Amino acid sequence: MRYQRRVAAVGLIAASALVLGACGSDENAGGGGVTAVEGVQCGGKPDLRSSGSSAQNNAMTRFVATYQQTCQGQTLNYTPSGSGAGRNEFLGGQTDFAGSDSALKDGDETNRAQQRCASPAWNLPLVFGPVAVAYNVAGVTDLVLDGTTTARIFNGQITTWNDPAIAALNPGKALPAAPIVVNFRSDESGTTENFQKYLVAASNGAYGKEAAQTFNGGVGAGARGSQGVADATKNTPNSITYVEASFAQRGGLAMAQIINAGGGAPVALSPESVGAAINNVQVSGQGNDLKLDLNSLYQASAPGAYPIALATYEIVCSNYADDQTASAVRAFLQTALSPNAQQALPEAGYVPLPDQFKQRLTTAVNAIQ
Amino acid sequence: MTERTTEQAPSRSSQDENSAAGSSTIDTVTEPDPARGRSHGSPIQGRGERIFRGLTSGSGLLVVAAVAAIGLFLLVQAVPSLLANNANFFTSPVFDTRDAANLNFGIRDLLVVTLLSSLFALAIAMPISLGIALFLTQYTPKRVSRPFAYIIDLLAAVPSIIYGLWGIAVLAPALLPIATWLSTNLGWFFLFAPGNLPVLTGTIFTGGVVLAVMILPIITAVTREVFSQTPRFHIEAAQALGATRWEVIRMAVLPYGRSGYIAGSMLGLGRALGETIAVLIVIRAATTPSGFSLFDGGYTFASLIASAASEFSQPLPTGAYIAAGLVLFVLTFVVNAIARVVAGGKVNG
Repeated sequence: MRYQRRVAAVGLIAASALVLGACGSDENAGGGGVTAVEGVQCGGKPDLRSSGSSAQNNAMTRFVATYQQTCQGQTLNYTPSGSGAGRNEFLGGQTDFAGSDSALKDGDETNRAQQRCASPAWNLPLVFGPVAVAYNVAGVTDLVLDGTTTARIFNGQITTWNDPAIAALNPGKALPAAPIVVNFRSDESGTTENFQKYLVAASNGAYGKEAAQTFNGGVGAGARGSQGVADATKNTPNSITYVEASFAQRGGLAMAQIINAGGGAPVALSPESVGAAINNVQVSGQGNDLKLDLNSLYQASAPGAYPIALATYEIVCSNYADDQTASAVRAFLQTALSPNAQQALPEAGYVPLPDQFKQRLTTAVNAIQ
Repeated sequence: MTERTTEQAPSRSSQDENSAAGSSTIDTVTEPDPARGRSHGSPIQGRGERIFRGLTSGSGLLVVAAVAAIGLFLLVQAVPSLLANNANFFTSPVFDTRDAANLNFGIRDLLVVTLLSSLFALAIAMPISLGIALFLTQYTPKRVSRPFAYIIDLLAAVPSIIYGLWGIAVLAPALLPIATWLSTNLGWFFLFAPGNLPVLTGTIFTGGVVLAVMILPIITAVTREVFSQTPRFHIEAAQALGATRWEVIRMAVLPYGRSGYIAGSMLGLGRALGETIAVLIVIRAATTPSGFSLFDGGYTFASLIASAASEFSQPLPTGAYIAAGLVLFVLTFVVNAIARVVAGGKVNG
């Protein structure tokens, strides 16, 4: 009898552990707030496959949850295998579309995509993740930086917090005479690449280093992953780093306000300020190929535009050989552009697309055949 | 069976007698004495003897074959990349494999960081382990030493990722005052000179202390085992000469257990050299070459390979990392050989 009771107790604990565990993982899938979307034409291939950028993985998870809710019986399997692998798998025909931190490269890659699709491939910038310049300086919560000063901090030309260049942007603030500790990502990452592209584009040549997936500033201490640099900055007084905004927010780090290329008032990072920059971005692709001219994002000059964001694309065929695939891809992307899916993005660290830009994407998505 | 055990007991102690300050007891227990086996060989026992002998020598050969196969695999995979390398493999501090058509990789910094962190860990762990082992075997009664030893063995069961997180979150800030003191007061000595990191946390110094904690249980366990096997009459003989407890340890226990202690330390060093994830988390990456300071950052062989493992897609860049692995493989052999020389050719590890 006693034995049985004990078994029952163990069973109860195990069951509650399962239930609690399930709650824990539910959060990632967008929780219970997912509702179906009106006006999406469901149908076509029931199980889409896609792979690529891990930077947009959390957004994809939310899009997929909304898609499954909207189109019963339809799903998408997204594997965050890295942008390069994602593009290769799409070009090899293993996946239906690719997620990538960069657009298809002109020349060979674009030609192979043309062959794979038997039609032009389109780069659709669907997910934007803002990158914060986060810092840990006691007593300073409203640091202001501009492109040139940021670049000179991250290439080691400015070494102390009370440097005249920083002081000029922050009149009246008590900047310490301490050396600046730069924390950078030691692993290869699209965030590092985009941040360095920003430094190159917005510093009038002051950065003087090459933008790559590894940090080339030649200064500071490396830490692994976004969590690593956020933790390092939190634990190291007088340090500064670049990191996806969601990690800075979760770590309680202060984020610098940026004076953009227009030279106006300092802009704090927010969905609206990043949206303002996205609205003004130039498209270098033809027609519905919305490949971005990223320099126009980094050099955004509109008042209230925050210029540092990581743009990730979905790379699709404009005309799929298989109509079933085409209608499923169209339905998925329509779902992703819907207000229901977009409003779930800020909590995952992304910005909802501003209306003007969303309109262009919607036109392109509806034109997929 | 009973007959054999009773016969074995005196023969084992007589062997101990012969090897006064020599072989460790682990060796005595596991290695079958071929001479003894032959002298007892009846026809039935002889067949069992042959089968058992075949199994043991088979196991022995398997290990040798596996080591040789690993070495061969590393060599075959590494050679094409080494031939395509544009930098000097032994003296270049850069490890750049982003462009498969223009490989530039060298192991200078990896070697420096690996050796510095492991040797520093060993320098901390060896005296402490010796102290613990002596305390447990010579100074405490059995009922106290058992649970104590169990707790130390438990340290070996902690996953290395836990050590890594503890190292960077708890230990690094706690070590900061010591590191600051060392670098301000002993900065003239190359080991404590200002390093290539702008911070004093997450350095080789921090990593070495984490590694020391990780290898402590291995060294302690082996050493304790050897010390506890010190022949009773060695100790009694020393006591009969009027030796104090410290003199007993010095005259009887330490000479008897020396080779076992060194063997245990080599096992620990092996773990420190190959430790991956804890080092990867604790030691921060640097942008300039190492200057042989404990306050440098960087990668060890193992942590560099682990950090890049997710990018292994093309054969040539992958081969560069395998070449680094090959050096670690050879390094382990070299370190073991040196230890054998130091121990006077009497290590039985």
